[in-house]
Amino acid sequence: MLEPVNVSLESLNLMTLAPMLLPIIGALLILVIDIIKGGLDKTVYVAIALLFLIMDFGTLLNSAGIFLQDGTVMGVFDVMLIDGLAILSQFIIVGASMLFIPLSLTHKRFHEFSYPEFFALFLFMIGGFQFMVATDNLILVFVGLETASLALYTLIAMHNRDKSFEAAVKYFTMGALAAGFFSFGSMVFYALTGSIEINQIATVLAANGYVDIGFVLIGTTFLLASLGFKLSLVPFHTWAPDVYEGSSAAMAGYMSIVPKIAAFIVAMRLFEFLIHSGVIWLEIVLYIFVVVTMTAANIWALVQTDVKRMLAYSSVSHAGFVMAAILIGTTQSNSALFLYWILFSFTNLGSFSMLWISRQKHLPDHQLSDHSYDKFAGMIKTAPVAATIMGLFMLSLAGLPPFALFWGKLYMISSAVTGGYTVLALIMALNSAVAGYYYLKLIVYMFMKEPVVGNDGHMYVSNATLGLKTIIGFAAVGTIFAIVAIDPLLEFITAFVYNSGY
Amino acid sequence: MVDHILSILIFFPALAAVFGFMVQKEGIRAYGVAVATIEFALSLWLWFAFDGNVSGMQFMEHLPLVPSFGINYILGVDGISLFIIILAAFFTMIGIASLTDTPNVKNMIITLLFLQMTMVGVFVALDAIVFYVFWELSLVPMLYIIGAWGGPLRIYASVKFFLYTFAGSLVMLVGMLFMAYFYYQATGQWSFAILDWYRLILPESFQLWLFIAFFFGFAIKVPMFPFHTWLPYAHGQAPTIGSVILAAILLKMGTYAFIRFSLPLFPDASVYFMFPIAILAIIMIIYTAMVAYAQKDIKQVVAYSSVSHMGVIILGTFALNVEGISGSIFLMIAHGVVSGALFLLVGVIYDRRHTKMMDQFGGLAHVMPRYATIFGLMMMASVGMPLTINFVGEFLSLLGFYQQSHTLTLLAGIAIIVGAIYMLAAYKKMFFGEVTIEENRNLPDVNKRELVALIPLAIITVWLGVYPKPVLEPISNSVESIVQLMHDKSITQEAKDRIPNLVKGIEITKTSAGEAH
Repeated sequence: MLEPVNVSLESLNLMTLAPMLLPIIGALLILVIDIIKGGLDKTVYVAIALLFLIMDFGTLLNSAGIFLQDGTVMGVFDVMLIDGLAILSQFIIVGASMLFIPLSLTHKRFHEFSYPEFFALFLFMIGGFQFMVATDNLILVFVGLETASLALYTLIAMHNRDKSFEAAVKYFTMGALAAGFFSFGSMVFYALTGSIEINQIATVLAANGYVDIGFVLIGTTFLLASLGFKLSLVPFHTWAPDVYEGSSAAMAGYMSIVPKIAAFIVAMRLFEFLIHSGVIWLEIVLYIFVVVTMTAANIWALVQTDVKRMLAYSSVSHAGFVMAAILIGTTQSNSALFLYWILFSFTNLGSFSMLWISRQKHLPDHQLSDHSYDKFAGMIKTAPVAATIMGLFMLSLAGLPPFALFWGKLYMISSAVTGGYTVLALIMALNSAVAGYYYLKLIVYMFMKEPVVGNDGHMYVSNATLGLKTIIGFAAVGTIFAIVAIDPLLEFITAFVYNSGY
Repeated sequence: MVDHILSILIFFPALAAVFGFMVQKEGIRAYGVAVATIEFALSLWLWFAFDGNVSGMQFMEHLPLVPSFGINYILGVDGISLFIIILAAFFTMIGIASLTDTPNVKNMIITLLFLQMTMVGVFVALDAIVFYVFWELSLVPMLYIIGAWGGPLRIYASVKFFLYTFAGSLVMLVGMLFMAYFYYQATGQWSFAILDWYRLILPESFQLWLFIAFFFGFAIKVPMFPFHTWLPYAHGQAPTIGSVILAAILLKMGTYAFIRFSLPLFPDASVYFMFPIAILAIIMIIYTAMVAYAQKDIKQVVAYSSVSHMGVIILGTFALNVEGISGSIFLMIAHGVVSGALFLLVGVIYDRRHTKMMDQFGGLAHVMPRYATIFGLMMMASVGMPLTINFVGEFLSLLGFYQQSHTLTLLAGIAIIVGAIYMLAAYKKMFFGEVTIEENRNLPDVNKRELVALIPLAIITVWLGVYPKPVLEPISNSVESIVQLMHDKSITQEAKDRIPNLVKGIEITKTSAGEAH
């Protein structure tokens, strides 16, 4: 006979669920509205989604205040873990989503935005990612990851082009494989330690002195492969360029930011305790992953003929660069990860949005792909403002001071220096130089070549509306004046990371 | 206002450039000249207000940017940077004033004004990160100038220029981060302020590695042999104004940075690497002089001779004594004036004939006497004739290095004679003899717009050649404190012997540190 379980409602601390539940409620609301009155314009759903995201952001601010006062908060049978990492990454997730959602207010009509389900799925995805980062329970991580990924596959497919289906199926297959790896890796750790909570696993492993190091390595390998897929680390990156090419530019920009920060958090929680407890093998493998991902992706990006594919490889390279933070594993490097990713989300979402506003529905004869380099030839003559903004984003991505990403790079390389990884710091610096070439290539096309005959410059902004222009202006201002925000940002981030014990 | 003159000098051209976007195309040249003239007047005011007897930093400004990471907006000027700033303002002014008809002239002038901001910024920054920001930012306008207005290979040349310098400076950035980290380890505080770094005494092995890291950034910029290959392309393809600014100011960033960073931060490493660098510098002088002799294109002759003279500057810098370093700083200014003028002169003939091949000319002295006179004067200055500006700098640089090594100085001296040969040969081919090509018979002589730029340069060339004291004195005052600082900081006995002790107290750190806090 089982004892009746008595749990007081207060000890559940249900408020920890508020940030994740808000987008889910929003998604359900959108579905309900659609049932009651169908055929509404997309602007209704954009407004509702934005409202819920803003409320979500507000509750996050509230949790941030609580964290600064009381430190880490656990909730719902200690499954939810609201520490500094969770709060910071949710800020990035929700913030980037707020920047993304107005991008659907395009001038041209696109298939996917006519369905309310698009916005509902989008909000479900955000909820999933928020769950994923706000826990150290491997099962909840898995649930969050799958909720978000399944929604994301559908969002890609809804773009409704030949290549979108290919992209969605490719992403789905790879994602399913990664999910399998994740569950298998978690299973190994559960078998070893009898727990699915990362901090419990760490305690048990430390207590028995890593006697079963062989099994630990097997589990680590599977988890590494699974997160490698999500983070598009070489050699698990093969899906990334095709998926980016197949999805809409806005979605590609979103994918290069939000799913990755969620995966970074899980990687940080998992791998840092393993590295710090002396699993040398993992350190070596991560070192190789970081170097190979940065370098190989850079070299592939050099030979691309399509700007979107180039940006896809560049995002892979940036992910490798940031993965170095997890390898180094100091407070400074973990803060650098967040700083870098916040600045990167501005810049990268900005540059993908620039591609998005120049989206063509029908390709002219001389163009093989929608965003080939030729398309941007001589842009300074026909659309000077757009060319200058695009050039700005490229310079920022290349890490040219004083634009946003330079400060992220500076802090990241500095954390490698202080962490004792001198060679890694040099490799990171030289990779930035290599990356300079392909960003420069677009600038060369835009500023130094003659425009294609018959190009009046209208096509670069043909898809633009006030909403899109606002987002791009926001990103551009953020990129130029980043220096003003670095100091408060850095202090904020460091306080959160340090107080979470990372 | 004079307290913030350095910030004004940096941001006035940038602000003016932003407003330039709304100026009508017809008025943009007048606007550009006006802005550049105001900037030049401001820089002269700076010289006027500058106290030549103080060896430390003056007009310091301090504003925290990222205090938790030790990045501050610190500016200051001393005798070393003062004249390069004036030179930068001067060349931007005459560059815009003498600008020939170019397509998209509005974009060109706005770009030049932005370039001026970065140039002034590099020379007044006293925080390594602020320095780095301007250093890197200066690449972008130059990339655009070469890439958009250059010759047929312009894209290759501009991208090569950008990537070479970018790669070198990223290695330098890692060096800067290490330097800041060592400062953090020593004091518990992050700082990128150069004057703070001056007080840090590092073990010799650290100095050697950091010296190498900084060397990559600076040597590519100078450019030193064997990193010089980007420069002939950049010069060959750049429009006249691009070559002028590149040769006169941008290359000086490298040699200036050696004096501002490498020498005082790493005195022992500087002594350790003195002879290897001197040998590189002498190879650079001799080899590029020989390459220059083999050129058929007059602009390439000037470009290689420019590299050759940068070798003398490096040699003077690494003499590590007051004569050598003062001489090299003076030579930086002289080289700016003379090679800038030579590039302008090449531009004059290119505008008329649209060729730079020397065999297309001959006997120009008959057709264009005034042009031939100014060219002749600048050519004489370039080979280092006494009573011209270059002579003072070259003489002092070699005098300085003579105290370190007799043989190497002798070699360098011979190399300068080789320099005389190719310049005289080039002059002979272009100006003497009969006019053989029909098109050359009726070339118009230099016009007023060109004279506006050339006459002041000719005056400076002779004036500072005859009476260099007003410039040389503030320079050597500041150099003395740097040399003293190096002597006091050095650890090894060899360094103590090589770097003279001037016994003047460590004035620079005292006064400047006092102002910084």
